[in-house]
Amino acid sequence: MSAVVTDRTKPAATAGTTAAGRMRALARAELTLIGRSKGTLFTAVFVPLVLPFSVRSSIDSMDLKGTGLTVGSVLLPSAIGFSLLFAVYSALVGVYAARREELVLKRLRTGELRDGEILAGAAVPSVSIGLAQSLVLVAACTAFLDVGAPQAPYYAVLGLLLGLVMWPALAAVTASFSRSVESAQVAAMPLLLLSMLGSGTVVPLQVMPDRLASVCELLPLTPVITLVRGGWTGDLSAHGALGAVATAVAWTVLAVFAVRRWFRWEPRR
Amino acid sequence: METNERVIDVTDLRRVYGGSYEAVRGVTFSVARGELFALLGTNGAGKTSTVELLEGLAVPAGGRVRVLGHDPYTERDLVRPRVGVMLQEGGFPSELTVAEAVRMWGGCTSGARPAGEALELVGLERRSRVRVKQLSGGEKRRLDLALALLGRPEVLFLDEPTTGLDAEGRRATWNLVRELRAEGTTVLLTTHYLEEAEELADRLAILHEGRIAAEGRVDEVVAAQPSHISFELPDGYFPGDLPPLAELGVSGHETDGRTIRLRTDELQRAATGLLLWARDARVELRGLDVRSASLEEAFLRIAQDARTETRAGTQNRDEVAAR
Repeated sequence: MSAVVTDRTKPAATAGTTAAGRMRALARAELTLIGRSKGTLFTAVFVPLVLPFSVRSSIDSMDLKGTGLTVGSVLLPSAIGFSLLFAVYSALVGVYAARREELVLKRLRTGELRDGEILAGAAVPSVSIGLAQSLVLVAACTAFLDVGAPQAPYYAVLGLLLGLVMWPALAAVTASFSRSVESAQVAAMPLLLLSMLGSGTVVPLQVMPDRLASVCELLPLTPVITLVRGGWTGDLSAHGALGAVATAVAWTVLAVFAVRRWFRWEPRR
Repeated sequence: METNERVIDVTDLRRVYGGSYEAVRGVTFSVARGELFALLGTNGAGKTSTVELLEGLAVPAGGRVRVLGHDPYTERDLVRPRVGVMLQEGGFPSELTVAEAVRMWGGCTSGARPAGEALELVGLERRSRVRVKQLSGGEKRRLDLALALLGRPEVLFLDEPTTGLDAEGRRATWNLVRELRAEGTTVLLTTHYLEEAEELADRLAILHEGRIAAEGRVDEVVAAQPSHISFELPDGYFPGDLPPLAELGVSGHETDGRTIRLRTDELQRAATGLLLWARDARVELRGLDVRSASLEEAFLRIAQDARTETRAGTQNRDEVAAR
C-alpha cells in the first residue's frame, strides 16, 4: 500500500495522450499477461524453436536435387513460418478472444484508444516475440546449418515484415469466429494446419506437383516463405517476388477489411 | 455559450437493433454543467442503449447527440479525453494486478491521476497488488469507477455504478459522486435503485420502452403522483358508509376484498377527515397505511400507465372516480 500511496507526491501529468503512448501502455500490460500465461508462453516461445528440429529429418530424406534447395534454405523459411504461426497467429487468436470474453475490449473502447490501436497495441508483444524469434532462428540456422549469407536480403526482410503485419490481422479475423477462449484455439486450427501442409513449411512447393503448387501459392503463409527463401537463395525472379508481395498484400487488405466489418468487440449473448 | 450550458444535449435520439427492433424511440433531454441527471427505467427500457450513444460507442439511427458541444462518435478526439465512462459491465484482464490495470488505463488517459490517488478515491489502495480476478464483485465495480475518474473527467457516465456493492460500499460511492458533482463534474447516471436517484439526482428521466415517460426534478416527478391511504374496512361497514370521499380531497379509490386504497393530492386533509370519521364511528381502521407519494410509486405507476396505454385501453382500470 505505502508504495502506491507515495505516488501522490508525483505531479499529475496534464498532457494529452498519443497513439504511440496509448499502444505502449496496452502493449506493456499484454506483455505482463503473456508472462503470466504459461500455456501461451510455451506455445509462443518453445514450439517454434523446437518444431524446426522435428521437420529436419523429413527434409533430410527429401530429394532436393534439381530444386536448387539445401537443407538450410528449406529449414530457415520453415522456422520463420512456424514462428509466425505459433508465436504470432495462434497466440493472438487466444489474446483477442480472451480480452473480448473478459469484456476488456468493450471497456477499452470507451477510452481514448481507437479500435485499430487496441488491436495493434495488444499485438505488439506477440509480434515482438515473433520478430525476436525469427532473428534467433536465422542466427541458429546460419551457425549450425551453414545456410550462408542471404543473396537478396531485402526479399527476406520484406517477407518477414509482411508476415508480421498480415498474421495479427488474420488472428483478429479468426478470433471473431469463436465464442470462447477454448474455441478460439480450435478456430485457429484450419489455417494453422493448412499453412503447415500447403505453404512450404514442411514440404517445399518446389517438390510438389505443379498444379497443387500453384494453388498453394495463394495461401497466406506462402508468400512469406517464398520471399524469405528467395532472399537466401537469391533465385527468386522479380516477377515471382512481385506475385508473392501481391498475394501477401491481398490477404492483409482482405483481413483488415474483414476485421473492420466483422470483428466482435464483446461476447455473444 | 450554449455548449457551456448544455454539457449533454440529446434531441429525438433513436437507436435500432438488427434493422427492426427500436430500442430508443425519440429521446430528448439535456444536462447542464455540474448537474447530476439520472436515467431510470425498467430492464429493457433503453437506458444502456441511450447511454452508449452518448458515450460515442455507436451511431444513432436518428436524432442528434452533443457532448461538450461535439458529436461523441465523429468528433471522438475532442470528447473522449474529457469524459469518464463506467460501463454496466466492463472488464479488466483478470491476471493483471489492480495497480497494473490502473497503470495500463493511465497510459491511455489524458492527464491521468497518479494510480495511488485514483485507488484511494474508491478505497482500493490496500488492494493494489491483488490480481483483478481475486477482487469481489463490489471491488471490481470500484476499480471500474476509479478508472472512469482517472482522467479527472468533466463529464462522467455511470451505468449502474453500485450494482453488486454492499450498503457501505454504496454509501461510499454516493459520497464520492456527490463530491465530484460539488467540484463541478457533470454526471449522467443510470440506475435501477430508485433510492440512488432520489439521493443523488438533480433531475431525472424515467424511460419506458425507449421513450421518456416522465422528466424533471425528483420532487416534481414525485409531486405529479398522488399519495395513498389504505386500510381494512371495519366489519359490518361498506364503502358507502365512509364519509363522502370527494369532500376529503380523495381523487379516486380501489377496493381489494375488504381493503380500501384511497388516492389523494391532499394527504393531510384526507387522512384527518378519515381518522375523525373513524373516531366518531368508534371503529378501528386495521392495517392503516398513510403514504406520501414516493419516487418508487411514481416509477411503478409510470411503468403501469405506459403498459396500460400500450394495451390500447382495452382494460378499464379498476379505479372508480369518487363522486
